[in-house]
Amino acid sequence: MKDIEELLHQQPFAQGLEGAVVALVAGCARNAVFQPGDYLLREGAAADCFYLIRHGTVALETFVPGRGAVAFLTVKAGEILGADWLVPPYRSSFDARAVELTRAIAFDGKCLRGKCEADHHVGYEMMKRFIPPLVQRLRMARLQSLET
Amino acid sequence: MAGLGDIGAATSRPDPMAPRFLTVRRRIRETADVATLDIALDDADAERLACRPGQFNMLYAFGVGEIPVSVSGDTSIGDRVTHTIRAVGAVSKALVNLKSGDAIGLRGPFGSSWPVEEATGCDVLIVAGGIGLVPLRPVVYHLLRRRVDYGRVSLLCGARTLDDLLFRKELDAWRRTPDFQLRVSLDRADRRWSGDVGYVTGLLPKARVDSAETVAMVCGPEIMIRATAQALEDMGVSATRIFVSLERNMKCAVGFCGHCQFGPHFLCKDGPVYRYDRIRDFLAIREL
Repeated sequence: MKDIEELLHQQPFAQGLEGAVVALVAGCARNAVFQPGDYLLREGAAADCFYLIRHGTVALETFVPGRGAVAFLTVKAGEILGADWLVPPYRSSFDARAVELTRAIAFDGKCLRGKCEADHHVGYEMMKRFIPPLVQRLRMARLQSLET
Repeated sequence: MAGLGDIGAATSRPDPMAPRFLTVRRRIRETADVATLDIALDDADAERLACRPGQFNMLYAFGVGEIPVSVSGDTSIGDRVTHTIRAVGAVSKALVNLKSGDAIGLRGPFGSSWPVEEATGCDVLIVAGGIGLVPLRPVVYHLLRRRVDYGRVSLLCGARTLDDLLFRKELDAWRRTPDFQLRVSLDRADRRWSGDVGYVTGLLPKARVDSAETVAMVCGPEIMIRATAQALEDMGVSATRIFVSLERNMKCAVGFCGHCQFGPHFLCKDGPVYRYDRIRDFLAIREL
Protein backbone atom coordinates (compact mmCIF):
# COMPACT_ATOMS: atom_id res chain seq x y z
CA MET A 1 0.00 0.00 0.00
CA LYS A 2 2.88 2.32 0.71
CA ASP A 3 3.98 2.08 -2.91
CA ILE A 4 0.62 3.31 -4.13
CA GLU A 5 0.63 6.03 -1.49
CA GLU A 6 4.03 7.20 -2.67
CA LEU A 7 2.93 7.15 -6.29
CA LEU A 8 -0.16 9.11 -5.35
CA HIS A 9 1.91 11.74 -3.56
CA GLN A 10 3.77 12.33 -6.83
CA GLN A 11 0.57 13.19 -8.69
CA PRO A 12 -0.79 16.74 -9.12
CA PHE A 13 -4.03 15.24 -7.81
CA ALA A 14 -2.47 14.89 -4.34
CA GLN A 15 -1.11 18.42 -4.11
CA GLY A 16 -2.60 20.09 -1.05
CA LEU A 17 -4.06 16.87 0.29
CA GLU A 18 -3.26 16.00 3.88
CA GLY A 19 -1.16 12.87 4.30
CA ALA A 20 -3.98 11.13 6.16
CA VAL A 21 -6.38 11.73 3.28
CA VAL A 22 -3.84 10.48 0.75
CA ALA A 23 -3.37 7.34 2.86
CA LEU A 24 -7.14 6.90 3.08
CA VAL A 25 -7.83 7.19 -0.65
CA ALA A 26 -4.75 5.08 -1.45
CA GLY A 27 -6.62 2.27 0.25
CA CYS A 28 -9.00 2.27 -2.73
CA ALA A 29 -6.21 2.37 -5.32
CA ARG A 30 -4.06 -0.04 -7.25
CA ASN A 31 -1.39 0.20 -9.88
CA ALA A 32 -2.41 -0.50 -13.49
CA VAL A 33 -0.57 -0.86 -16.79
CA PHE A 34 -2.19 -0.86 -20.23
CA GLN A 35 -0.69 -1.83 -23.56
CA PRO A 36 -1.51 0.18 -26.69
CA GLY A 37 -5.05 -0.69 -27.75
CA ASP A 38 -6.16 -1.84 -24.30
CA TYR A 39 -9.38 -0.34 -23.01
CA LEU A 40 -9.46 1.34 -19.61
CA LEU A 41 -13.20 2.04 -19.82
CA ARG A 42 -15.95 0.75 -22.09
CA GLU A 43 -19.02 2.78 -23.02
CA GLY A 44 -22.11 1.44 -21.25
CA ALA A 45 -20.16 -0.73 -18.83
CA ALA A 46 -20.23 -0.25 -15.08
CA ALA A 47 -18.16 2.82 -14.14
CA ASP A 48 -16.61 1.17 -11.16
CA CYS A 49 -13.29 2.98 -11.29
CA PHE A 50 -11.41 6.06 -12.39
CA TYR A 51 -7.76 6.59 -13.18
CA LEU A 52 -4.94 9.01 -12.57
CA ILE A 53 -2.70 8.76 -15.62
CA ARG A 54 0.96 8.56 -14.61
CA HIS A 55 2.44 7.98 -18.04
CA GLY A 56 1.10 7.60 -21.55
CA THR A 57 -1.91 8.76 -23.53
CA VAL A 58 -5.51 7.62 -23.42
CA ALA A 59 -8.05 8.50 -26.13
CA LEU A 60 -11.67 9.00 -25.10
CA GLU A 61 -13.81 7.65 -27.90
CA THR A 62 -17.34 6.94 -28.89
CA PHE A 63 -18.56 4.78 -31.73
CA VAL A 64 -20.28 6.62 -34.58
CA PRO A 65 -22.11 4.44 -37.10
CA GLY A 66 -20.45 4.70 -40.48
CA ARG A 67 -17.38 6.39 -39.04
CA GLY A 68 -16.17 3.94 -36.45
CA ALA A 69 -14.50 4.99 -33.23
CA VAL A 70 -14.15 8.79 -32.99
CA ALA A 71 -11.84 10.29 -30.39
CA PHE A 72 -12.97 13.55 -28.80
CA LEU A 73 -10.29 14.01 -26.15
CA THR A 74 -6.90 12.68 -25.17
CA VAL A 75 -5.88 12.42 -21.54
CA LYS A 76 -2.23 12.44 -20.58
CA ALA A 77 0.10 12.12 -17.63
CA GLY A 78 -1.08 13.98 -14.55
CA GLU A 79 -4.71 14.09 -15.67
CA ILE A 80 -7.84 12.39 -14.36
CA LEU A 81 -9.71 9.88 -16.46
CA GLY A 82 -13.32 9.07 -15.66
CA ALA A 83 -16.03 10.86 -13.71
CA ASP A 84 -18.99 8.53 -14.25
CA TRP A 85 -18.15 6.70 -11.01
CA LEU A 86 -19.45 9.85 -9.25
CA VAL A 87 -22.86 10.01 -10.90
CA PRO A 88 -25.63 7.37 -10.67
CA PRO A 89 -26.21 4.97 -12.34
CA TYR A 90 -22.38 4.74 -12.49
CA ARG A 91 -22.17 3.75 -16.13
CA SER A 92 -19.29 4.74 -18.38
CA SER A 93 -20.39 7.18 -21.10
CA PHE A 94 -17.43 6.59 -23.46
CA ASP A 95 -14.62 4.23 -24.34
CA ALA A 96 -11.14 5.00 -23.05
CA ARG A 97 -8.37 3.37 -25.09
CA ALA A 98 -4.64 3.42 -24.41
CA VAL A 99 -2.92 5.00 -27.41
CA GLU A 100 0.52 4.06 -26.12
CA LEU A 101 1.88 2.18 -23.14
CA THR A 102 0.00 3.74 -20.25
CA ARG A 103 0.64 3.52 -16.54
CA ALA A 104 -2.08 4.66 -14.18
CA ILE A 105 -3.35 4.54 -10.65
CA ALA A 106 -6.77 2.90 -10.73
CA PHE A 107 -9.30 3.77 -8.02
CA ASP A 108 -12.21 1.61 -6.97
CA GLY A 109 -15.12 4.01 -7.32
CA LYS A 110 -17.45 2.24 -4.92
CA CYS A 111 -14.74 2.10 -2.26
CA LEU A 112 -13.98 5.80 -2.65
CA ARG A 113 -17.66 6.81 -2.72
CA GLY A 114 -18.04 5.01 0.60
CA LYS A 115 -15.15 6.93 2.12
CA CYS A 116 -16.50 10.22 0.78
CA GLU A 117 -19.90 9.49 2.33
CA ALA A 118 -18.34 8.53 5.63
CA ASP A 119 -16.10 11.60 5.78
CA HIS A 120 -17.40 14.64 3.93
CA HIS A 121 -14.04 16.39 4.26
CA VAL A 122 -12.57 13.64 2.07
CA GLY A 123 -15.55 14.00 -0.25
CA TYR A 124 -15.03 17.75 -0.52
CA GLU A 125 -11.33 17.29 -1.27
CA MET A 126 -12.26 14.85 -4.03
CA MET A 127 -14.80 17.30 -5.47
CA LYS A 128 -12.18 20.06 -5.50
CA ARG A 129 -10.02 17.83 -7.67
CA PHE A 130 -12.72 16.58 -10.01
CA ILE A 131 -14.71 19.74 -10.67
CA PRO A 132 -11.93 21.92 -12.25
CA PRO A 133 -11.02 19.47 -15.05
CA LEU A 134 -14.71 18.76 -15.66
CA VAL A 135 -15.49 22.46 -15.96
CA GLN A 136 -12.43 22.97 -18.17
CA ARG A 137 -13.50 20.14 -20.46
CA LEU A 138 -17.05 21.50 -20.54
CA ARG A 139 -15.72 24.91 -21.61
CA MET A 140 -13.63 23.37 -24.35
CA ALA A 141 -16.52 21.23 -25.56
CA ARG A 142 -18.73 24.32 -25.69
CA LEU A 143 -16.18 26.20 -27.79
CA GLN A 144 -15.81 23.23 -30.11
CA SER A 145 -19.54 22.98 -30.61
CA LEU A 146 -19.85 26.71 -31.32
CA GLU A 147 -17.17 26.56 -34.01
CA THR A 148 -18.69 23.63 -35.84
CA MET B 1 12.18 44.30 -26.01
CA ALA B 2 11.24 47.75 -27.25
CA GLY B 3 8.50 48.77 -29.57
CA LEU B 4 6.01 45.94 -29.12
CA GLY B 5 3.27 48.53 -29.25
CA ASP B 6 4.32 49.76 -32.63
CA ILE B 7 2.73 47.37 -35.05
CA GLY B 8 3.67 48.25 -38.60
CA ALA B 9 1.29 50.79 -40.03
CA ALA B 10 -0.64 50.19 -43.22
CA THR B 11 1.35 50.72 -46.38
CA SER B 12 0.18 53.74 -48.34
CA ARG B 13 0.00 53.24 -52.09
CA PRO B 14 -0.51 55.71 -54.92
CA ASP B 15 -3.81 54.17 -56.00
CA PRO B 16 -4.91 51.63 -53.44
CA MET B 17 -8.19 50.86 -55.22
CA ALA B 18 -6.59 49.79 -58.51
CA PRO B 19 -5.79 46.07 -58.71
CA ARG B 20 -2.72 44.64 -60.40
CA PHE B 21 -3.48 42.07 -63.07
CA LEU B 22 -1.44 38.98 -62.28
CA THR B 23 -1.25 35.30 -63.13
CA VAL B 24 -1.72 32.24 -60.98
CA ARG B 25 1.47 30.22 -61.24
CA ARG B 26 0.35 27.20 -59.22
CA ARG B 27 -2.60 25.96 -57.24
CA ILE B 28 -2.15 23.48 -54.40
CA ARG B 29 -5.23 21.73 -53.05
CA GLU B 30 -4.76 21.70 -49.26
CA THR B 31 -8.08 20.18 -48.14
CA ALA B 32 -11.50 19.59 -49.68
CA ASP B 33 -12.36 23.28 -49.45
CA VAL B 34 -8.99 25.03 -49.09
CA ALA B 35 -6.45 25.81 -51.80
CA THR B 36 -3.18 27.71 -51.93
CA LEU B 37 -2.43 29.97 -54.89
CA ASP B 38 1.07 31.00 -55.86
CA ILE B 39 0.75 34.23 -57.83
CA ALA B 40 3.68 35.13 -60.04
CA LEU B 41 5.36 38.52 -59.60
CA ASP B 42 7.86 40.21 -61.89
CA ASP B 43 10.65 42.31 -60.41
CA ALA B 44 8.62 45.52 -60.41
CA ASP B 45 5.63 43.88 -58.77
CA ALA B 46 7.86 42.10 -56.27
CA GLU B 47 9.02 45.47 -55.01
CA ARG B 48 5.62 47.10 -55.22
CA LEU B 49 3.79 44.23 -53.49
CA ALA B 50 6.39 43.36 -50.84
CA CYS B 51 4.57 42.53 -47.64
CA ARG B 52 5.11 41.55 -44.02
CA PRO B 53 3.78 38.52 -42.13
CA GLY B 54 0.18 39.16 -41.08
CA GLN B 55 -0.73 41.55 -43.88
CA PHE B 56 -3.39 40.83 -46.47
CA ASN B 57 -4.19 41.52 -50.10
CA MET B 58 -7.51 42.07 -51.78
CA LEU B 59 -7.88 39.28 -54.33
CA TYR B 60 -10.19 39.81 -57.26
CA ALA B 61 -11.88 36.96 -59.11
CA PHE B 62 -12.82 38.60 -62.37
CA GLY B 63 -16.53 38.89 -62.88
CA VAL B 64 -17.28 37.64 -59.40
CA GLY B 65 -15.84 39.97 -56.80
CA GLU B 66 -13.09 40.80 -54.38
CA ILE B 67 -12.22 39.59 -50.87
CA PRO B 68 -9.41 40.16 -48.36
CA VAL B 69 -7.03 37.21 -48.03
CA SER B 70 -4.02 36.92 -45.72
CA VAL B 71 -0.61 36.28 -47.15
CA SER B 72 0.30 32.67 -46.35
CA GLY B 73 3.70 32.23 -47.94
CA ASP B 74 7.27 33.16 -47.16
CA THR B 75 7.35 36.94 -47.40
CA SER B 76 11.09 36.91 -48.10
CA ILE B 77 10.54 35.27 -51.49
CA GLY B 78 10.12 37.98 -54.09
CA ASP B 79 9.02 36.18 -57.23
CA ARG B 80 5.58 35.22 -55.94
CA VAL B 81 2.95 36.05 -53.39
CA THR B 82 1.13 33.13 -51.80
CA HIS B 83 -2.43 33.04 -50.52
CA THR B 84 -4.41 30.22 -48.96
CA ILE B 85 -8.18 30.46 -49.34
CA ARG B 86 -11.10 28.52 -47.95
CA ALA B 87 -14.14 28.30 -50.21
CA VAL B 88 -17.03 29.69 -48.18
CA GLY B 89 -18.74 32.15 -50.55
CA ALA B 90 -19.03 32.99 -54.23
CA VAL B 91 -15.74 34.88 -54.50
CA SER B 92 -13.67 32.52 -52.40
CA LYS B 93 -15.07 29.55 -54.34
CA ALA B 94 -14.10 31.22 -57.61
CA LEU B 95 -10.59 31.90 -56.28
CA VAL B 96 -10.13 28.36 -55.00
CA ASN B 97 -11.09 27.06 -58.44
CA LEU B 98 -8.51 29.16 -60.30
CA LYS B 99 -5.89 27.14 -62.14
CA SER B 100 -2.32 27.65 -63.20
CA GLY B 101 -2.24 30.36 -65.88
CA ASP B 102 -5.53 32.00 -64.87
CA ALA B 103 -5.68 35.74 -64.35
CA ILE B 104 -6.29 37.22 -60.92
CA GLY B 105 -6.58 40.77 -59.63
CA LEU B 106 -4.65 41.86 -56.57
CA ARG B 107 -4.29 45.06 -54.63
CA GLY B 108 -2.33 45.53 -51.48
CA PRO B 109 -0.62 44.76 -49.27
CA PHE B 110 -2.76 46.18 -46.51
CA GLY B 111 -2.91 46.25 -42.76
CA SER B 112 -0.68 45.78 -39.77
CA SER B 113 1.71 42.89 -39.32
CA TRP B 114 2.84 40.45 -36.65
CA PRO B 115 5.64 41.89 -34.44
CA VAL B 116 8.31 39.47 -35.62
CA GLU B 117 11.12 42.01 -35.43
CA GLU B 118 10.02 43.37 -32.06
CA ALA B 119 9.91 39.83 -30.63
CA THR B 120 13.61 39.30 -31.29
CA GLY B 121 15.23 37.74 -28.23
CA CYS B 122 11.91 36.57 -26.80
CA ASP B 123 10.20 33.19 -26.61
CA VAL B 124 7.50 33.07 -29.26
CA LEU B 125 4.28 31.16 -28.85
CA ILE B 126 2.04 30.82 -31.90
CA VAL B 127 -1.49 29.54 -31.44
CA ALA B 128 -3.55 28.82 -34.54
CA GLY B 129 -7.10 27.55 -34.84
CA GLY B 130 -8.22 26.11 -38.17
CA ILE B 131 -7.77 28.50 -41.08
CA GLY B 132 -6.07 30.84 -38.56
CA LEU B 133 -2.84 29.04 -39.36
CA VAL B 134 -2.79 30.82 -42.73
CA PRO B 135 -1.72 34.32 -41.59
CA LEU B 136 0.66 32.77 -39.05
CA ARG B 137 2.54 30.59 -41.52
CA PRO B 138 4.70 33.52 -42.71
CA VAL B 139 5.67 34.06 -39.07
CA VAL B 140 6.90 30.46 -38.84
CA TYR B 141 8.96 30.92 -42.01
CA HIS B 142 10.46 34.07 -40.57
CA LEU B 143 11.27 32.47 -37.20
CA LEU B 144 12.84 29.40 -38.80
CA ARG B 145 14.89 31.54 -41.14
CA ARG B 146 16.23 33.55 -38.21
CA ARG B 147 15.97 30.88 -35.53
CA VAL B 148 19.03 32.05 -33.55
CA ASP B 149 17.41 35.45 -32.98
CA TYR B 150 14.63 34.00 -30.82
CA GLY B 151 14.29 32.04 -27.63
CA ARG B 152 12.03 29.03 -27.45
CA VAL B 153 9.54 28.79 -30.27
CA SER B 154 6.28 26.86 -30.04
CA LEU B 155 3.48 26.42 -32.52
CA LEU B 156 0.18 25.05 -31.23
CA CYS B 157 -2.35 24.16 -33.92
CA GLY B 158 -5.95 23.16 -33.67
CA ALA B 159 -8.12 21.71 -36.43
CA ARG B 160 -11.54 20.12 -36.51
CA THR B 161 -10.42 16.84 -38.07
CA LEU B 162 -7.34 15.38 -39.72
CA ASP B 163 -8.90 16.12 -43.11
CA ASP B 164 -9.22 19.79 -42.15
CA LEU B 165 -5.62 20.13 -41.00
CA LEU B 166 -3.74 22.52 -43.28
CA PHE B 167 -0.18 22.20 -44.57
CA ARG B 168 0.24 18.65 -43.27
CA LYS B 169 3.50 17.90 -45.05
CA GLU B 170 4.93 21.16 -43.83
CA LEU B 171 3.76 20.48 -40.28
CA ASP B 172 5.52 17.11 -40.43
CA ALA B 173 8.70 18.86 -41.52
CA TRP B 174 8.40 21.46 -38.76
CA ARG B 175 7.81 18.69 -36.23
CA ARG B 176 11.24 17.30 -37.14
CA THR B 177 12.90 20.71 -36.91
CA PRO B 178 15.28 20.92 -33.94
CA ASP B 179 14.53 23.53 -31.33
CA PHE B 180 10.98 24.03 -32.56
CA GLN B 181 7.99 22.73 -30.61
CA LEU B 182 4.93 21.77 -32.61
CA ARG B 183 1.77 20.39 -31.04
CA VAL B 184 -1.37 19.70 -33.02
CA SER B 185 -4.74 18.92 -31.52
CA LEU B 186 -7.83 17.80 -33.40
CA ASP B 187 -11.36 18.40 -32.17
CA ARG B 188 -12.22 14.84 -33.12
CA ALA B 189 -10.17 12.08 -34.64
CA ASP B 190 -10.41 8.63 -36.13
CA ARG B 191 -7.80 5.90 -35.83
CA ARG B 192 -5.51 7.51 -38.42
CA TRP B 193 -4.53 10.05 -35.75
CA SER B 194 -2.49 9.20 -32.67
CA GLY B 195 -1.79 12.73 -31.45
CA ASP B 196 -3.64 15.08 -29.14
CA VAL B 197 -7.42 15.37 -29.32
CA GLY B 198 -9.29 18.27 -27.76
CA TYR B 199 -9.63 22.03 -28.07
CA VAL B 200 -6.45 23.91 -28.94
CA THR B 201 -6.37 25.75 -25.60
CA GLY B 202 -5.77 22.35 -23.98
CA LEU B 203 -2.28 22.46 -25.51
CA LEU B 204 -1.28 25.68 -23.77
CA PRO B 205 0.00 24.06 -20.55
CA LYS B 206 2.29 21.93 -22.73
CA ALA B 207 3.94 24.90 -24.44
CA ARG B 208 7.60 25.16 -23.53
CA VAL B 209 7.80 28.89 -23.00
CA ASP B 210 8.58 31.30 -20.20
CA SER B 211 5.41 33.33 -19.66
CA ALA B 212 7.31 36.48 -18.70
CA GLU B 213 9.51 36.30 -21.79
CA THR B 214 6.89 35.21 -24.27
CA VAL B 215 5.35 37.04 -27.18
CA ALA B 216 2.18 35.22 -28.20
CA MET B 217 0.56 35.44 -31.62
CA VAL B 218 -2.95 34.07 -31.94
CA CYS B 219 -5.31 33.64 -34.88
CA GLY B 220 -8.46 31.61 -35.41
CA PRO B 221 -12.20 31.97 -34.87
CA GLU B 222 -12.94 34.95 -32.64
CA ILE B 223 -14.22 32.82 -29.76
CA MET B 224 -11.01 30.80 -29.95
CA ILE B 225 -8.98 34.02 -29.88
CA ARG B 226 -10.82 35.24 -26.78
CA ALA B 227 -10.48 31.90 -25.00
CA THR B 228 -6.80 31.59 -25.89
CA ALA B 229 -5.93 35.14 -24.89
CA GLN B 230 -7.71 34.65 -21.58
CA ALA B 231 -5.87 31.39 -20.96
CA LEU B 232 -2.55 33.04 -21.82
CA GLU B 233 -3.23 35.83 -19.34
CA ASP B 234 -4.11 33.18 -16.74
CA MET B 235 -0.69 31.62 -17.46
CA GLY B 236 0.97 34.96 -16.74
CA VAL B 237 1.49 36.30 -20.25
CA SER B 238 0.82 40.03 -20.23
CA ALA B 239 -1.90 41.30 -22.55
CA THR B 240 0.72 43.71 -23.91
CA ARG B 241 2.64 40.69 -25.22
CA ILE B 242 -0.34 38.94 -26.80
CA PHE B 243 -1.13 39.74 -30.43
CA VAL B 244 -4.24 38.66 -32.27
CA SER B 245 -5.44 38.91 -35.85
CA LEU B 246 -9.10 39.76 -36.27
CA GLU B 247 -11.38 39.29 -39.21
CA ARG B 248 -14.43 41.42 -39.94
CA ASN B 249 -16.28 42.54 -43.00
CA MET B 250 -13.49 44.25 -44.95
CA LYS B 251 -14.45 45.81 -48.27
CA CYS B 252 -12.24 48.70 -49.34
CA ALA B 253 -9.13 47.77 -47.30
CA VAL B 254 -8.10 51.40 -46.88
CA GLY B 255 -10.49 52.69 -44.21
CA PHE B 256 -12.87 54.52 -46.56
CA CYS B 257 -16.02 52.45 -46.47
CA GLY B 258 -16.36 51.74 -42.76
CA HIS B 259 -17.62 48.17 -43.19
CA CYS B 260 -14.94 46.79 -40.89
CA GLN B 261 -15.28 49.45 -38.19
CA PHE B 262 -14.63 47.98 -34.76
CA GLY B 263 -15.15 50.63 -32.11
CA PRO B 264 -12.68 53.39 -32.98
CA HIS B 265 -10.70 51.04 -35.24
CA PHE B 266 -10.92 50.13 -38.89
CA LEU B 267 -9.68 46.59 -39.02
CA CYS B 268 -8.46 46.88 -42.60
CA LYS B 269 -6.29 49.88 -41.85
CA ASP B 270 -5.46 49.67 -38.14
CA GLY B 271 -5.53 45.86 -38.01
CA PRO B 272 -5.89 43.03 -38.67
CA VAL B 273 -3.08 42.40 -36.14
CA TYR B 274 -3.65 44.05 -32.78
CA ARG B 275 -1.98 44.03 -29.42
CA TYR B 276 -4.57 42.34 -27.26
CA ASP B 277 -4.81 44.96 -24.52
CA ARG B 278 -5.81 47.53 -27.14
CA ILE B 279 -8.87 45.67 -28.39
CA ARG B 280 -9.80 43.38 -25.49
CA ASP B 281 -12.54 45.68 -24.18
CA PHE B 282 -14.09 46.03 -27.63
CA LEU B 283 -14.25 42.26 -28.06
CA ALA B 284 -16.53 42.19 -25.02
CA ILE B 285 -19.03 44.63 -26.56
CA ARG B 286 -21.74 42.52 -28.12
CA GLU B 287 -23.06 45.26 -30.40
CA LEU B 288 -19.73 45.58 -32.24
